[in-house]
Amino acid sequence: MKLMKLLATAAMALGLATTAMAEGHGEKTKVGFVYVGPVGDGGWTYEHNQGRLAVEEHFGDKVETVFVESVPEGPDAERVMTQMALEGADLIFTTSFGYMDPTINVAAKFPEVKFEHATGYKTAPNVSTYSARFYEGRAVQGHIAGHMTKSNIVGYIGSYPIPEVIRGINSAYIHAKKVNPDVEFKIIWAFTWFDPAKEADAAKTLIEQGADVILQHTDSTAPQAAAQAAGNVITFGQASDMAEYAPMPRVSSIIDNWAPYYITRTQAVMDGTWETKMTWDGIGPGMVGIGEITNAVPADVKEEALALKAALADGSYHPFTGPLKKQDGSDWLAEGETADDGTLAGMNFLVEGIEGTIPE
Amino acid sequence: MATPVLAVLVTMVAGGILFAFLGKPPIEAIRVIFWDPLFSEFAFYYRPQLLVKGAPLVLIAIGLSLGFRAGIWNIGAEGQYIIGALSGAGVALAFYPLDAWWIFPLMVLGGALGGFLWAMIPALLKVKFGTNEILVSLMLVYVAEKILASMSLGLLKNPEGYGFPGSRNLQQYPSAHNAEIFTGSGMHWGVAAALIAVIFAYILLNRHMLGFQIRLTGEAPRAARFAGVSPARLVLFCLGTAGALAGMAGMFEVSGPSGQVSIDFNVGYGFTAIIVAFLGRLHPIGILLAGALMALTYIGGEIAQSKLGMPSAAIQVFQGMLLFFLLALDMLTHFRLRLAAKGVA
Repeated sequence: MKLMKLLATAAMALGLATTAMAEGHGEKTKVGFVYVGPVGDGGWTYEHNQGRLAVEEHFGDKVETVFVESVPEGPDAERVMTQMALEGADLIFTTSFGYMDPTINVAAKFPEVKFEHATGYKTAPNVSTYSARFYEGRAVQGHIAGHMTKSNIVGYIGSYPIPEVIRGINSAYIHAKKVNPDVEFKIIWAFTWFDPAKEADAAKTLIEQGADVILQHTDSTAPQAAAQAAGNVITFGQASDMAEYAPMPRVSSIIDNWAPYYITRTQAVMDGTWETKMTWDGIGPGMVGIGEITNAVPADVKEEALALKAALADGSYHPFTGPLKKQDGSDWLAEGETADDGTLAGMNFLVEGIEGTIPE
Repeated sequence: MATPVLAVLVTMVAGGILFAFLGKPPIEAIRVIFWDPLFSEFAFYYRPQLLVKGAPLVLIAIGLSLGFRAGIWNIGAEGQYIIGALSGAGVALAFYPLDAWWIFPLMVLGGALGGFLWAMIPALLKVKFGTNEILVSLMLVYVAEKILASMSLGLLKNPEGYGFPGSRNLQQYPSAHNAEIFTGSGMHWGVAAALIAVIFAYILLNRHMLGFQIRLTGEAPRAARFAGVSPARLVLFCLGTAGALAGMAGMFEVSGPSGQVSIDFNVGYGFTAIIVAFLGRLHPIGILLAGALMALTYIGGEIAQSKLGMPSAAIQVFQGMLLFFLLALDMLTHFRLRLAAKGVA
């Protein structure tokens, strides 16, 4: 008796869920976005939200988008996703690494809904992953930083020691070192994606330690403000252009441009051609952009930087090209050899020459 | 007793005005926050979620309320929650992949012990050296957060996680999984523990000598001392119990809804529980209701965000108003406002 009742409830729940989905398919395609920060962070989440707005503009009346911001990674994220799926979302973008397991869990319960998880490595028949080759932008950034630093100390605000962040540090360092053999990196791990107070403190500490270039892998503009207050310190926009700090301290930026991807995937859902994919695009396809290099950068440096960008875009140059050694001095890449995506995706070591460690 | 209800009503009105200023339909917003989680089309999903969200709040708040009543201010429940989760998960991962019935009970003990020991630091320092337990317990939250980060990146890291931080997912380890007692009910062991804690706290405060001593110390510390209450023993008991309960809450969370130890595992239950404790008047039944209400605003708030495009900050302001109005109304109940006449000598 009890079992029957339980089954009936479950069936009803399923029925409700499917009718909701059917309704969703009726006219408008509903696209949900789960954000880790506030849409006004001026960085990571801001750009994802720009992507969402681009989807709305592109499809007009054919889509409806919804979003929830500042969602903690964990059970809260799982609930937000479930709620979106229940309310009839056809496609849900979950835009932070920590949403990985929740996305997989919810996707298993809603096989008809498509999920797209940013920066993760787990897929399912209805879960794709997508990520930007941000490290390509870091190469250009490192190149400029190496030329611009006078103290030869570059400060780096790391967020979490995950492969994404470690790749960025390595790529920036390799290219700074190439143009300035005396360059030294100082790294502070902030253990946050978005916390203006902590980010500002980190930037100030690095500046006090002599850094005159601040690179950041956190999402707010607080380090830019700290650099501006300090004077002769340069920065780069992170994830977003942060153009309000140009021409100084922000001399360039790496921009995530999610709009084309979001539009393509939404179209695929509308056409019924959506498939599981692991997308990892860089400067070439336009997922990573380099923001305007300001006049604070000498013309010849700017020219070289743009040439580097062009080489990265057409694939003639790979940011991780041998000879390269790991921090402990062991060989990694031989002369002319380039890193494979597998190693890059799980990168857990620093390259030779960087001082400091990956926290454990 | 009536002021909390009044506070909720005033919050609804003030919140409605706030939402109207943001260009959102106020009545609908209030309805979405308070009504939809309970009675909308998808309430079958939200109702269990209320238990999931409310249980850790109630469990922690019950522990805190004992100390708060006696004037012992444990502000560091968030830290005790983290250490409890780490201890519980540590027990599970130490035995992985052994399949045995006793692993989960052992984890519960481990979680409680972890939280207890973490709370003993401010307790012993207070008893031995007279340090301020507010500062020590609060500062230990940040220490606990660093330990959490270190554990997610080192000792407890999933060896099959491609170098990414975070432990194995305990949801995929049946012996350690804090699964729902009845599928789809949201009723996991942490919910059961929270309900048991409410009952025990009620009995303790109303029927037990220790409860009387706690209340007496809070209301008349000198009288309590004359009555033979040992302040040191009370400090150890209140902080220890609060720590153990917070630790258990962390353990139930990490082995159930959350599933894994990760750098961002803690989301502020330890701090929100302070609000819950006061909203519930430091009374066990009140805390139960306050926890449910808080959970409701969280879940309703999320629905309002996605349905009405409400900014998350507006929801946080709304939750803040709730405590503010409660305290303000308390003030007005206990004191009478009088316009003071300008002094004429």
